[in-house]
Amino acid sequence: MLKKFLTAAVMTAVVATAMPAIPAMAEGDPGPAAYEAAMKGKRVMLVPMAMGFDLAQGWAAILKREVEGFGGTFETRDPNWSVEAGAQAITDAIASEAKPDVLVVMSPDLNSYSKLMKRAQSEGIYVVLVDNPANFKADAYVGGDWNRLGQMEAEAVVKGCGEGSSKKIGLVQGDQVNATSLYQYAGIMQVLEKHPDFQVVAKPDSNWDPTTSRNVTATMLQQNPDICGIIDFWDGDATGAAAAIRDAGKQDQIYLVTTGGGEETATCANIENGTFDAVVSTELYNESEAMVAIIKYLLQSGQPPGTASPYIYSLLSTVTKENMTPRSCWNLKALQAAAE
Amino acid sequence: MAGASVHGVWSQERIVLALAVLLFAVSAVALPGFLDPGNLITIVRSVSVLGLLAVGMAIVIIGRGIDLAAVAIMAMSAAWYLQMLNDGWSDGAALAITLAGVIGIGLVNGYLIAYADVPAIFATLASGSFVFGIVRSQLIGQDAVPVPAGHWLEQLNRVRFFDIPAEVFIFAGASFAAYLFLRYTKWGRYVYYMGDNLLAARNIGIPVRPMTVLRYVISALVALAAGLLSASSLLSMNTRVVNSTLLYDIILVVVIGGIGLSGGKGGMRNVIGGALLIGIMLNAMTIIDIPHIYQNLIKATILLIAIIIDSLLNPRDEQTAQQGDI
Repeated sequence: MLKKFLTAAVMTAVVATAMPAIPAMAEGDPGPAAYEAAMKGKRVMLVPMAMGFDLAQGWAAILKREVEGFGGTFETRDPNWSVEAGAQAITDAIASEAKPDVLVVMSPDLNSYSKLMKRAQSEGIYVVLVDNPANFKADAYVGGDWNRLGQMEAEAVVKGCGEGSSKKIGLVQGDQVNATSLYQYAGIMQVLEKHPDFQVVAKPDSNWDPTTSRNVTATMLQQNPDICGIIDFWDGDATGAAAAIRDAGKQDQIYLVTTGGGEETATCANIENGTFDAVVSTELYNESEAMVAIIKYLLQSGQPPGTASPYIYSLLSTVTKENMTPRSCWNLKALQAAAE
Repeated sequence: MAGASVHGVWSQERIVLALAVLLFAVSAVALPGFLDPGNLITIVRSVSVLGLLAVGMAIVIIGRGIDLAAVAIMAMSAAWYLQMLNDGWSDGAALAITLAGVIGIGLVNGYLIAYADVPAIFATLASGSFVFGIVRSQLIGQDAVPVPAGHWLEQLNRVRFFDIPAEVFIFAGASFAAYLFLRYTKWGRYVYYMGDNLLAARNIGIPVRPMTVLRYVISALVALAAGLLSASSLLSMNTRVVNSTLLYDIILVVVIGGIGLSGGKGGMRNVIGGALLIGIMLNAMTIIDIPHIYQNLIKATILLIAIIIDSLLNPRDEQTAQQGDI
């Protein structure tokens, strides 16, 4: 009896003490506190190849909103296409007193920044590579699979040329050092191997410059007047190839494929007015949100930089006049206004 | 001393012309389709913007100076103009403001060099960076600014006379105008006198300071024209060109054509010769499908050869040796 009574008393006591704890547990989601502890005041720095083009400005707008949203500080550095200036920015960041916790780097080529980025990691900075792969074990790579992108461009041009065409295509490559150019080329050739009747008649470099792109394309068309398709490796210089095609009066004969960040004026407007026929484009929002997710993960993971090296490939889509919708592109001005 | 360029039979100008003819002949025989009229037009067209910029640079260099701001002015003025149009400004207002800005930069360059005695190479290097920085950071949103649909630059792009695009005529016209200016106007002759011997020019009463300012203003205006021409052919102006090798290519055209950096010699035919040599070379290398890095190597090698042959055949004279180059 006593035992029963004692048990009941203990039970009551337990329940009594436990009772107020139940609502407290509902309030006590450990998430927000842990999140805040890990994220607040953290510094994220974006070092793209330049801040002056659509993708970099899009990433920056979204990252800024998100990083400031979790109480961190977001900064960008603008090397303005200079490899040295970019290296300087990373070196300064590593050496500065207010070191960034996460460096988001768009590498200009496979090797230039590899050592610097390794040093950043050894100083406790997470390094996320975006858009351009490099020979370096980053904490994550977020961006396109450039080989796949090349394949999609080749598929688009094969389809655009069609069966009855000359099946001669020209490539306007970027350069011979940037991974995006090298992998893109490899992807294109993989697809063309499956279409042995298609032939690459010329593959000059534009050095990412529209004037050079125009001049080499003009010469290419002069030498091979019956070309049915051209792949230019970046929409930033493909306006040059488009100009050469327009000058030759061959807009209807030549299917021009390129790749870009999907910004309204650079991509959709140029598809609309016939400058480009197809653009293999990155989905900016998804890509930027993937960066955000990986930054949030890394800052909370407690793992030392360089632990894992996942590839977070963005979804790519081939935008043409036929499948283009108002959602195919994003608008830089609207995005920047939203981030303010 | 306008005849100073002809030291011997083989002046650098003739060496370049001979090289161009040789390259042309070899390409004509070896490369299929090279002699096609369409390809010849492509060659001239591909160097018309470069050539136009070289016209402005030549006027500066002949008067013993250099304008390293030319490419920045070209790209940034055209980009600013297009940006204003895209922001809804009227064409007249946008063009007037751009012109005022460009003339202003030319005046500042000229003032720094003529009155403040800053060496041209530093004054224009700094002002070029300034122009790029201020326009890129304050006035335009992105590297590339598109030409608005239906604008006259778009129409200019379609203009053809006898199947030859307008830009070829613009380059030719600018060269001819510069030729008339340099040969037949008083001020044009002053440019040579000043380039040949600045102190002597000053002593005989040539207004050397205002003349220096004038040259940099002309160079800036030519750069604006080149920018608009480039925008018209690409339907956008990409300011990345400021980081490219274009500036060195302009100097290459002028120097390889035989206009010495020490000033006082050469003329428009040197510019045309230099531009054609570069055009033929690039065209031939593209037809053969030589990668870009090797193209730069070959271009540089040919420049070196031209300079070496020139210095062997035409040793530096006493006066240049005393003054030094720029």
